[in-house]
Amino acid sequence: MKRISILLLILGILGSFILADAQQQAKPTAFKYEDPIGVVKIKKGDPIHIACWFVIAGPDASLGIDTKRGVEIAVDDKGGKLLGHPIKLSFQDSGCNAEGGQAAATKLAADPTIVAAIGSNCSSEAKPGVPILWKAGIPTVSPSNTAPYLTDPNRGPEYDGYLRTCHNDKVQGAVAAQFAWTQLKVKKAATIHDGSVYAEQLAKVFAETFKKLGGTITAQEAVAPTDTDMRPVLTKIATGKPEFIYYPIFIAAGGHITRQAKEIKGLEKVALMGADGIFSPDFYKAAGEAAIGMYHSSPDFSAFAEGYKSFLEKHQKKYGEKPLAPFHAHAYDAAMMVFAAIEKVAKRAPDGTLYIGRKALRDALYATKNFKGLTGTLSCDKYGDCADPKIAVYKTTAENVKNLVMPDKPFWKPY
Amino acid sequence: MLHKIRERVTPTDLIMWLIGTCLLFLMIWGSIATIKGGTYSIHHWFDFVIFGLAQGSIYALIAMGYTMVYGVLRMINFAHSEVFMSGPYTAYYFAAAFYSSGLLDRQPILCLMIIFLVAMSTSSGIAFLLERVAYRPLRTAPRLIPLITAIGASFFLQYVFRGLFGSGFQAYPVVKILEGEWRFGEFRLLKFQVIVILAAALLLAALYSFIQRTKVGKAIRAVSEDKETAYLMGIDVDRMISTTFVIGGLAAGAAGVLYALMFKQVHFFMGFIPGIKAFTAAVLGGIGNIPGAMLGGIFLGLIESIGPSLFLDGLGIIAPYQLKDAIAFTMLVLVLIFRPTGILGERLAVKKA
Repeated sequence: MKRISILLLILGILGSFILADAQQQAKPTAFKYEDPIGVVKIKKGDPIHIACWFVIAGPDASLGIDTKRGVEIAVDDKGGKLLGHPIKLSFQDSGCNAEGGQAAATKLAADPTIVAAIGSNCSSEAKPGVPILWKAGIPTVSPSNTAPYLTDPNRGPEYDGYLRTCHNDKVQGAVAAQFAWTQLKVKKAATIHDGSVYAEQLAKVFAETFKKLGGTITAQEAVAPTDTDMRPVLTKIATGKPEFIYYPIFIAAGGHITRQAKEIKGLEKVALMGADGIFSPDFYKAAGEAAIGMYHSSPDFSAFAEGYKSFLEKHQKKYGEKPLAPFHAHAYDAAMMVFAAIEKVAKRAPDGTLYIGRKALRDALYATKNFKGLTGTLSCDKYGDCADPKIAVYKTTAENVKNLVMPDKPFWKPY
Repeated sequence: MLHKIRERVTPTDLIMWLIGTCLLFLMIWGSIATIKGGTYSIHHWFDFVIFGLAQGSIYALIAMGYTMVYGVLRMINFAHSEVFMSGPYTAYYFAAAFYSSGLLDRQPILCLMIIFLVAMSTSSGIAFLLERVAYRPLRTAPRLIPLITAIGASFFLQYVFRGLFGSGFQAYPVVKILEGEWRFGEFRLLKFQVIVILAAALLLAALYSFIQRTKVGKAIRAVSEDKETAYLMGIDVDRMISTTFVIGGLAAGAAGVLYALMFKQVHFFMGFIPGIKAFTAAVLGGIGNIPGAMLGGIFLGLIESIGPSLFLDGLGIIAPYQLKDAIAFTMLVLVLIFRPTGILGERLAVKKA
């Protein structure tokens, strides 16, 4: 009995080899489309699969939902179709941490139907996730990773498939430092990061710029994103008597710091400033009235292109509320950029199958020049920075906190 | 004499002691350097102690649940962190309703009492059901099996709450009477921290005297000594185990509300970190020992608050608060090296272990 089953198994394996071979030989030879990394073939009527890896659950979900909606509106604007094929979107939660990014990217990399990816949201997800995707030949365009490392000249070839439509934090951190120095006229500042790639690099850029301007950094502290009791660390910061605290972190920990800072002796009058990661109504929920009067650096919505207004109308109509975070327009642009690149490189075989070369798609994305997007005119440099960065500083009023809406007029612009 | 010592002390023990002594030396070195550095005044240290006490008393309350269940069942109830989460999460809806109707500002004491009542009854109800559904059928199974069930129950509860109430967090309303501070000259106390410490102390004292003084408490202690004998003495073992879970749930629910009032955020995953910390506290104090759990919790809170500044600042380590958890767990290792049974743990004889 056992022998027969082994024999059958061997026969089966042999048979499958022969079949596979026969299939390969049956391939049409008239149409040729080659790509050094691989080709995605989409049969007639099959969808073009674009995958998104965003933070769509957990305390930082507002960031992911915001970008998800941007992508969905972009698909709507395309009429849901690209080159006659329906666009299929799939979403993978990436958790706003390295482990989540790795898990999401591994899942996406296993799916050969995916043409391109949009994401991730948090820079710490991108750091392990992008190499996994690029190994599978999937280029990814991020709407909200702002950490400088990801487009650094020394980042290594495993990040070759990575681009972003949002600003690089080299810009954002510098704007925050300039604002503190020239507008608030503070001389002493402290920074707090949460160990994430995004926060750590942003805090570093801020500190470097602030020191260059002539200021003193009294403390460069760090907390864990899951920490709740910030009073000890704030007490430690208070010993340096800063006039300004910059904490470019995420919502849960950011809320705790904002609430607890004013309770600490010596920090009652300190100016607080966060970055775009906590520029969200959810942050107002977390921080409550303590957020009144604090500053945020974030993309300047008033400098966005004409189309932004109609985008907001569509957003309101589709979801019944205002955007939840600052990166919906960047996500829209990322999706549009991916669609344009696919349109550029896709070739149709005589039998109606669409061929998309993975390397060709990546090169087409990198070749994006003067692309008119909502956030401005996008041109990608050779490291994948495509943004047209306009960063402004916003100030939160009591009205904002009460109604849980972000301020829409910049408080200060560097340009 | 020497021969006897050599028999009892293994090379592993020696190496562990060596590591322990090194760590202890580093800590003392760091503390001296920090104090000499003079960055912190006495007021800062006072603040650190108060922050640590407030956090620690919450750990202590949660740790009670771990240690009591361990006492009667010899198992770690990993779902206890979800018992902790369920109370304040459910009570949040009452708190939000009171806040939006304005009752919270007019009758704060009454509202707080209702919030505590709701949270404590939810937590103890869930703890009771947990024991009934997940642990009792497995009472006679090998000890690893209830442990796995506990982890399963923990995930189940987390995701039930996520499914019911969403994955985002909810912001607890601000209770006006708990805001502000009291000043004593240069020293100052935040009102709610005093309230948290007092409430926790009161609850801990009540629980302790319940276990020590009442008949039910005596029966619980008898069950934790020896189930069979207790049964022969006419004690309803099943009921005592249920009672233990309910009491642990009450403490966890109260701790949950205190936690929510202190940090003003609740979400479905909020129990995880405090749960792990409280478990650590229970081990630190000697698992199975009730005063030990209280002591362990407060000790852990204090170490987390004071440790990074005291030990690491002087050693010149940048951003020491990132290493808060590392310090807490190093302390656990240190305590276990020198006292394997925990601070107040009794030497376990064969019958218990």
